[in-house]
Amino acid sequence: MATKRPQRASGASLLVGTRKGLFLLAGDSGRRAWRISPPHFLGHIVNHAVLDPRDRRTLLVAARAGHLGPTVFRSSDRGRTWKEASRPPAFPRAPAGETGLVVAHVFWLTPGHPAEPGVWYAGTSPQGLFRSADGGDTWQGIDGFNANPMRTAWVGGLQEAPPDGATLHSINVDPRDPQHLYIAMSAGGAFESTDGGARWRPLNKGVAADFMPDPDPEYGHDVHCLRLAPSAPEVIYQQNHCGIYRIERPAERWTRIGEKMPKAIGDIGFPMVVHPRDPQTAWVFPMDGSTVWPRTSVGGKPAVYATRNGGASWQKLAQGLPAKDAWWTVKRQAMCADARDPVGLYFGTTSGEVWASTDEGKRWRCIARHLPHIYSVEAAAG
Amino acid sequence: MNTVLIPSPLRSYTGNRSQVTAAGASVAELLGDLDRRYPGIRFRMIDEQDSIRQHIKIFVNREQVKRIDAPVGASDEVIIITAISGG
Repeated sequence: MATKRPQRASGASLLVGTRKGLFLLAGDSGRRAWRISPPHFLGHIVNHAVLDPRDRRTLLVAARAGHLGPTVFRSSDRGRTWKEASRPPAFPRAPAGETGLVVAHVFWLTPGHPAEPGVWYAGTSPQGLFRSADGGDTWQGIDGFNANPMRTAWVGGLQEAPPDGATLHSINVDPRDPQHLYIAMSAGGAFESTDGGARWRPLNKGVAADFMPDPDPEYGHDVHCLRLAPSAPEVIYQQNHCGIYRIERPAERWTRIGEKMPKAIGDIGFPMVVHPRDPQTAWVFPMDGSTVWPRTSVGGKPAVYATRNGGASWQKLAQGLPAKDAWWTVKRQAMCADARDPVGLYFGTTSGEVWASTDEGKRWRCIARHLPHIYSVEAAAG
Repeated sequence: MNTVLIPSPLRSYTGNRSQVTAAGASVAELLGDLDRRYPGIRFRMIDEQDSIRQHIKIFVNREQVKRIDAPVGASDEVIIITAISGG
């Protein structure tokens, strides 16, 4: 696969989804000076906001308000004007006498393949998979997953949800084949489809699930974030509830590369970020997954860890981050990379700060603070 | 035609109007008419299984209704309220 070229140095842009609305951060070409927008959808829970890389104009936002049901907002002018989806993701009506599923949150958004303009995928809570073929205006359930007779077994039932609800996330489209999809669930595990979502198979061999009695179950794992390497999509990384893993397809078994993390830090966290041009380089943000799972930075000392060799070793990257007394963490879609050279890295914290590095994580700088609890950060280059 | 009182979280759909009109012989029909006039408003209140969402309360002549097949009279007043919740 051809290596993706570095993006030209134009203005930088970030989409920051929070518990109380969406904020747009606009940076200069050097990614040094940043301006923050007034809130969009103030008071809405914004789980994810994503720019369509195919036209660089269309923005989709997964939102709901505390009182109101979930929906998707769309902009075709980078956030100047908005329209609501005329048919948001929703499960089918159940037959009389049966209990049907209800979308509580639209949680994750993924643009489709470049050969399929207008196609988007959405993951929901509880775990559901939806597709739009018209730029996010109308959404249809993907029956191969939602109506699959195995779905309830895969996801473990409604009552077995992690603290913020059971979710389907990490929808990845193979850049070589629009029919080849990966999804991940918390809980449920990682799954693969090679026919556009009609059929699914678990892809969890080698991944621990220490919250289940079976030491090596076929599904039911708790994936926190799964990413394909953009420059070599056969290479996949995942940050799991039970460690950091890597697989190189067509292999079927994951390798726990997090075992090479410092023992005092561990390999638990939410986000996973892969270098846009180097499949051997990835970044994680470890959190405290010990005892009762505080889910804070380890010891109140936040740090990013990077591997440059596919997980054989890890390097701490904390210059500029608070040295102590910082008890926040970073949610699963709240850390991302841009496509510049050197790569810019960005993350948003549960305490409402956005941190940036313009040198692949060596040095960090806070570029926004006092925001609400941050759920997602996505780069949206101009 | 029925008078419908709209709570502030839903007024982005009604041009910021707190009171609108819609017609229907049941809450379901009335909400369907409301959605034709203000597209998208119904799904924010009623889920895909036709249940009233947890934090939405609907009253017909100040009597709370729990199901959308509840009848609505020609001159009944319908009040939609968002419950006290959240943080």
